[in-house]
Amino acid sequence: MSLPSSPTDFSLADARDAVRTKKISSRELTEAFVTAIEGARVLNAFVTETPDRALEMADASDARLAQGEARPLEGLPLAVKDLFCTKGVRTTAGSRILSNFIPPYESTVTQNLWDAGAVLLGKTNMDEFAMGSSNETSYFKPVLNPWRARDSNQNLVPGGSSGGSAASVAGKLCLAATGTDTGGSIRQPAALTGTVGLKPTYGRCSRWGIVAFASSLDQAGPMTRTVRDAAILLTTMASVDAKDSTSVAMPVPDYETGLESGVKGLKVGIPREYRIDGAPSEIDVLWAKGAEWLRAQGAEIVDVSLPHTKYALPAYYIVAPAEASSNLARYDGVRYGHRTSDAKDIVELYEKSRAEGFGAEVRRRILVGTYVLSAGYYDAYYARAQKLRTLIARDFTEAFTRCDVLLTPATPGPAFALGAKTDDPVSMYLNDVFTVTVNLAGLPGLVVPAGLTANRLPLGLQIIGKAFDETTVLRAGRAVEWAADFAAKPDAWWRAA
Amino acid sequence: MSATERSARLIEGARGAWEVVIGLEVHAQVLSHAKLFSGAATVFGAEPNTQVSFVDAAMPGMLPVINRYCVEQAVRTGLGLKARINPVSVFDRKNYFYPDLPAGYQISQYKNPIVGEGEVFIDLPHGETVRVGIERLHLEQDAGKSLHDQHPDYSYVDLNRAGVALMEIVSKPDMRSSEEAAAFLKKLRAIVRYLGTCDGNMDEGSMRADVNVSVRKPGGPLGTRCEIKNVNSMRFVVQAVEYEARRQIDVIERGGTIAQETRLFDSKAGETRPMRSKEEAHDYRYFPDPDLLPLELEQNWIDGIAASLPELPDEKKARFLRDYGISAYDAGVLVTERELADYYEALARGADAKLAVNWLNNEILGRLNRDGRTIGECPVSAAANNAILRMVADETISGKIAKDVLDIVWTEGGDPHAIVEQRGLRQVTDMGAIEHAVDAVIAANPEKVEEAKAKPKLAGWFVGQVMKQTGGKANPQVVNALLKARLELPEEG
Repeated sequence: MSLPSSPTDFSLADARDAVRTKKISSRELTEAFVTAIEGARVLNAFVTETPDRALEMADASDARLAQGEARPLEGLPLAVKDLFCTKGVRTTAGSRILSNFIPPYESTVTQNLWDAGAVLLGKTNMDEFAMGSSNETSYFKPVLNPWRARDSNQNLVPGGSSGGSAASVAGKLCLAATGTDTGGSIRQPAALTGTVGLKPTYGRCSRWGIVAFASSLDQAGPMTRTVRDAAILLTTMASVDAKDSTSVAMPVPDYETGLESGVKGLKVGIPREYRIDGAPSEIDVLWAKGAEWLRAQGAEIVDVSLPHTKYALPAYYIVAPAEASSNLARYDGVRYGHRTSDAKDIVELYEKSRAEGFGAEVRRRILVGTYVLSAGYYDAYYARAQKLRTLIARDFTEAFTRCDVLLTPATPGPAFALGAKTDDPVSMYLNDVFTVTVNLAGLPGLVVPAGLTANRLPLGLQIIGKAFDETTVLRAGRAVEWAADFAAKPDAWWRAA
Repeated sequence: MSATERSARLIEGARGAWEVVIGLEVHAQVLSHAKLFSGAATVFGAEPNTQVSFVDAAMPGMLPVINRYCVEQAVRTGLGLKARINPVSVFDRKNYFYPDLPAGYQISQYKNPIVGEGEVFIDLPHGETVRVGIERLHLEQDAGKSLHDQHPDYSYVDLNRAGVALMEIVSKPDMRSSEEAAAFLKKLRAIVRYLGTCDGNMDEGSMRADVNVSVRKPGGPLGTRCEIKNVNSMRFVVQAVEYEARRQIDVIERGGTIAQETRLFDSKAGETRPMRSKEEAHDYRYFPDPDLLPLELEQNWIDGIAASLPELPDEKKARFLRDYGISAYDAGVLVTERELADYYEALARGADAKLAVNWLNNEILGRLNRDGRTIGECPVSAAANNAILRMVADETISGKIAKDVLDIVWTEGGDPHAIVEQRGLRQVTDMGAIEHAVDAVIAANPEKVEEAKAKPKLAGWFVGQVMKQTGGKANPQVVNALLKARLELPEEG
């Protein structure tokens, strides 16, 4: 291993090894990221920076390292999506209604990180309550994508909802970050920022302490610069948690093990329904290239069908808002969070606190969710969406009788300009067309950067696997990563800004 | 006996007789140290907001985890109601906004409750037994409490009760009088208290009932029902039903129709009133709670609970009738409280079972009633009372002295045997001593002897004098027999 020119260029794996072998201290590493974050405020990737805490944690790690007591992520600086409750550190969910909320508890996933020695750099910006695909619904203003198109000064979105995490990983403002994915919120921004994003199987990472959006779909996962880093981070993030009834009692393997064992003999399914009209040809070309890469490494490519794919997006946009409308009822201005300053009775307190506290997209989804659960509409919408969900899950089960993993595009296109889709919610929702199916079926999905558009914007490919088979998903993702040899980097234009 | 066979209890209206049809939804707080989905405590009367976990306060990202013991209690109750236990049940969210409902939804069971159909038998004073069907039992969270009297401008909220486990037990509309409704509630209370699944304490709100009332022409189709919310005593159930039935009859007889609505019982005015329409215009938007998996119960586990059930009131009553030969009425009264039944059994051990019932009813319950105490607070143990009864049976003391002994033990404590010995209360059965006393009284009162011979009833005066001379300890049978012989009175008097 050779030391990179800047400590911020380390992968998580390399930084881990460098810290353990004392080539660099956690404090030096952390200071480098603190400086990088300060120099990148124009990206607006962080809602809250925690440099003091970071340095304290780094020093504690250095003390442990000096004792030879390194834990798996000892001294490694990470960013955390502002949806994970962090004890004593403001947690906003990107919303005004929680803009003053400081949790008195730590989410299970972040506790796992701190128990493994990781260092908190800050809380990353996100779409409000994780509802969005561009990070433009954040109460704390949009995040800018570190990537710009060739010869362009136009600001692009980083995707969403984990846009701040994606931008900070792509912009080298942290070694890695946590994200959450309800319909594509880890994978779509990973694709749009040339980074790796993994949504694990539903039930793999505890949801305890993560601000809920849609409980049956939400899942935390790693956002990193390499597939290996995703494997390392997931190994610590994942756990079996008695505090989350939907946590699944499966032992957590070391996902790094076997990462390089290749795809020889692996059956890779190509679902024909993921070819959509009107998508840029670059998407299909990259997809075909990905299949060819895997074939060249010894995988067997098989055509499969997921016939109910076209119902996934509509089903998602019923189930997710329905659950959200109920999950967000607790933000009422009574116990914590934003409360209106003028209310003459309890009904007005609710109405004004919520109208002031929630942004337009959140309000829209609460309204949709309330509608689809209403008496007389439940059977027509929610009950049917749940049936579709069963059919979609069955499609995958059948496909997986013929293959081990699926290879699909990650997004219908590259990063787009700020404001390009904000007036058209449906076109915004279409961003998730390749990712929502996985949430509805509860399966693991991994996005790996695989190429650039003609305009030099990153594009990703997605590997979908069987439930709790993240190991195979990561192994296949590593094969794509190796073949793609994606070395492009965004120009650090923001440093000049 | 089926519900239709029992004697009609009809209400006379201006235009003929009406039948009242009643169904109850009883909320019974599960006896458990922790809440249904959190580890917070459930002690009654604690300082406001001292028993609230992050889950109960619906903090962001908090998740419910089912309390296994509460599930066990619900299953135990279901088994006690001879009901079907559903191997799979589902928790749903009932969505509405209220300050004492922190999450904005109550976790309840809507379509798939944990317990299905069962039954309860109620005893009526006329000796009739009526079967009341149980529709279902489900688990749900209680809400917190809004306090409107703490501050001139603000309402306060106490979340201690928020999330406490409740069992909602829904009866079939099988009751036909206020008396039956009260008897049902009483029986249900006895069953859950026997099972240890609810303390049945209506004063503390551990048990409260929503009462559904409708009226119809006897045998006719069911009328439209009104639901009277949160009736919190047996007496109020009776009053609410009677008021509401009369109100509905009056409305219909005056040509009106009954609107299905939710009403409140005002115990001060003794009347029911419609709730504000705003409060009942809810669309609860039920849907399965995605934070909780369906609740799946193993048959083995259910069987284990079934095997550990205590003897329940009906079984106990049947055994009392069989083993003690006491009246059905007495047995019914004894089994209403497990403690009372247990007390009786200890009292009757080796004693005359019928005398024991009378002793319990007349002496013990009488004194407890006077002192405002419950059987659990009885100052004299069943064993001590049993000792007194045994001394009466073996003629160590007379029935009258027995009451004196009980009074002493009641106020001063002590062992009944020792008291009898130390205070010389042992009954005198020594014929010589009694004869001596009888002769002395006769000798001293010749004119009374003449009177008594003419009017045998006056022999009672001699009994009194002899008892006085012997300090009340003479065996009264012996005194009677001797007096009759000495005064030459006929055997039958």
